[in-house]
Amino acid sequence: MKKALILGLVACSLMAAPVQAAEDAEAPKSVDWSFDGIFGHYDRASLQRGMQVYKEVCAACHGMRLLAYRNLMDLGYSEAQVKAFASQYEVQNEDPNDEGEMFNRPALPSDRFVSPFPNEQAARASNGGALPPDLSLIVKARAGGADYIYSVLSGYAEAPKDLKKPDTLHYNPYFPGQLIAMPPPLTEGAVEYADGTKATVDQLSYDVTNFLTWASSPKLEAQKSTGFKVVLFLLVFTGLLIAVKKKVWSAVH
Amino acid sequence: MEKQTYNNAVVRWIDDRLPIFSFMDHEYNQFPMPKNLNYWWNFGALATVVLVAMIVTGIVLAMHYTPHTSMAFDSVEHIMRDVNYGWLIRYIHANGASMFFIVVYIHIFRGLYYGSYKAPRELLWMIGVVILLLMMATAFMGYVLPWGQMSFWGAKVITNLFSAIPLVGESVVEWLWGGYTVDNATLNRFYSLHYLLPFVIVGVVVLHIAALHVTGSNNPDGIDMKGPQDSVPFNPYFTAKDSVGLGVFLLIWAAFVFYAPDYLGHPENYIEANPLVTPPHIVPEWYFLPFYAILRAITFDVWFIEAKLMGVLLMFASILVLFILPWLDTSKVRSCRYRPIYKWFFWVLLIDCVVLGWVGANKPEGMFPLIGLIGTGYYFFHFLILLPILGKIETPLPLPTSISESVTRRSGAPAGATAATGGNA
Amino acid sequence: MADSLAEGETRRDFLFLAAGAVGGVGAACFAWPLIDQMNPAADVLALSSVEIDISAVPEGQGITVKWRGQPVFVRHRTPKEIEEARAVSASTLRDPQTDEQRVTKPEWLIVSGSCTHLGCVPVGNKVGSDRGEFGGWFCPCHGSHYDTSGRIRKGPAPKNLLVPPYSFVSDTKIKIG
Repeated sequence: MKKALILGLVACSLMAAPVQAAEDAEAPKSVDWSFDGIFGHYDRASLQRGMQVYKEVCAACHGMRLLAYRNLMDLGYSEAQVKAFASQYEVQNEDPNDEGEMFNRPALPSDRFVSPFPNEQAARASNGGALPPDLSLIVKARAGGADYIYSVLSGYAEAPKDLKKPDTLHYNPYFPGQLIAMPPPLTEGAVEYADGTKATVDQLSYDVTNFLTWASSPKLEAQKSTGFKVVLFLLVFTGLLIAVKKKVWSAVH
Repeated sequence: MEKQTYNNAVVRWIDDRLPIFSFMDHEYNQFPMPKNLNYWWNFGALATVVLVAMIVTGIVLAMHYTPHTSMAFDSVEHIMRDVNYGWLIRYIHANGASMFFIVVYIHIFRGLYYGSYKAPRELLWMIGVVILLLMMATAFMGYVLPWGQMSFWGAKVITNLFSAIPLVGESVVEWLWGGYTVDNATLNRFYSLHYLLPFVIVGVVVLHIAALHVTGSNNPDGIDMKGPQDSVPFNPYFTAKDSVGLGVFLLIWAAFVFYAPDYLGHPENYIEANPLVTPPHIVPEWYFLPFYAILRAITFDVWFIEAKLMGVLLMFASILVLFILPWLDTSKVRSCRYRPIYKWFFWVLLIDCVVLGWVGANKPEGMFPLIGLIGTGYYFFHFLILLPILGKIETPLPLPTSISESVTRRSGAPAGATAATGGNA
Repeated sequence: MADSLAEGETRRDFLFLAAGAVGGVGAACFAWPLIDQMNPAADVLALSSVEIDISAVPEGQGITVKWRGQPVFVRHRTPKEIEEARAVSASTLRDPQTDEQRVTKPEWLIVSGSCTHLGCVPVGNKVGSDRGEFGGWFCPCHGSHYDTSGRIRKGPAPKNLLVPPYSFVSDTKIKIG
């Protein structure tokens, strides 16, 4: 009975696996991420580079409304750096001034990231009818996760000759449907990295995907290190419980 | 219930006025359990632990969650990002729902294999089916709360089932929604009920356990306890045995929470609900997939019943049939250990359920509708036709004379003895 | 069986105790997240600073601003009020503090608007409202009187009105927090 039930459970869990990216897209490239595995952690240098890519390239169209500027301290920036970073943006104050008028002020670390467009309609109007999605949760919100995001960013290619393609769309074999409204966002040297890393398309894609993964799962490091302790504890505890059970039942068997 | 005399004066004073200590001693400490129970009997206790953990983490999450369509999604992310240990508590709760169903499904299939639904435990079984229904309602409404795309469209599709009811269907659905679609009113009532129902489940679980303590536990041999030589007291024997199962179970739960927290979920639910855009592929959570397959199995009208209504009826019937299971099974023998033919059909039913789940996870294209139809047909064939007939024609194996004899035989017998291998088919 | 019965019993007791203790530690560790989640969340802690323009506050009057969801009093003191505040010997007070310890610029007094007794908001910020027996603020809930330095002088409150962290950004602008 045991074997069969375990088989059944395995079958159930396979069945429950997230449906892979649409069938008409290529399987995402498999990348060896630093945040994978039991001791997964973020590569801080890559996160900082990725943030630079987001700020200088993606942020023109994509918001990250769930992130606050203070969150950037997780990336290894000091409070002063974060304050300076935030103050480049303007937000509307929560309360009106004494004349009852709403007014803008420089953003503070406690403010959420300012989105490039005030609403969906404005975003579509500026992007030929397509909506650039908010990126706060993009890695969690796409089947294939980080691998998929990386593949789409680095996977633009020349369209096959026989493909009928409207001019507003771009060929990307990793995108479901293979036609994507976003023009290739990353080009070699699109960003000048402060640390001197060579900004190839693969490097840019890798860094910004790291950053986006962090944005989706900012607590991943705590999650994995806590998990290791919890599992270790439970192994010891279960071992003890097995010993207790054996001792208790020894008289009956 | 015999009264205990306690040495501690305070305990004695309380027990004389409200005999909770005697009660606990009688129903938990000394309660006689068949001594041949295997680890499949852990799952009732495990389900109780999950229920408590879900209520505790749920109450905590409710302290931070906002049931409003404009804030629900963000408040969940607030929990994930800003609340101290919010990510941990939410992941425990979200994966806990899956764990609860795994445990309860195993608990149910254990009951099916060992005939735990048979006299005198019919009512105990039926109360269990009520718990399953309440769990499904609670889980369904809980999944709506994060207000992601799957939350919204799952809620819309499932509540729309009721529109299949002739004449009043549309009105019923509007009443469920409190509007013309799933909206703020719906979210609010689901939140209210999602908070309420677990406590109803607790109440029904108390009845389930009370009924269990009238008949006592069934056991792998499916024969009654004949005397003290057949039993051991619950404590410490089953406290210890259940704890082992609990340890292993917590390890599995922790593995999901810390290393694959979103594996059982769906990426679409990290996109905020949008009433104007349906995701390309709507699937319910894995624990509803077999029922989803049954719902979609009928694609043609049956006599005067529309396909849509038929699907809904069959889906509800697939659970309701469990209520009358004790009377559908005509066999005098409880345990599959001694039912050489039914034993195989048990596994066929289990495989059928897994296949239905697989069908439910896939788009209704290609061969899937046909497999779904056959799977659904077999499901009802098993309960409504096979079980009543098989009980009449099957010749059971000889039952052991007592539980203690069976225990001695199984532990002493050389490997390969037919009766001893039990369900290890 | 090499073990004597007594040895077996000891081993059993030890196992029970060890399992119980480890289980207890585990339960306590699990309880902590459930307790800690009620502490202020990261976004609440980050509600950092507000900047206030004080150029329009006339002498003798005060304004109330909101900082971290609570009122903060900003009072433009008159020379007479300053003098009164400085004339008191700190050692005679319930919560001994000199006025110099409580202000950076004498004409501007900035204190939290929560009575240190049980958290009501004292009155007296506006001209014409009851400023209590010492010309500062008066808490109507339980009758605490504060002086022109926001120090407790009479009534049940145990402490002076709290001075929040603040700094002058310019002569007419202060930043609280």
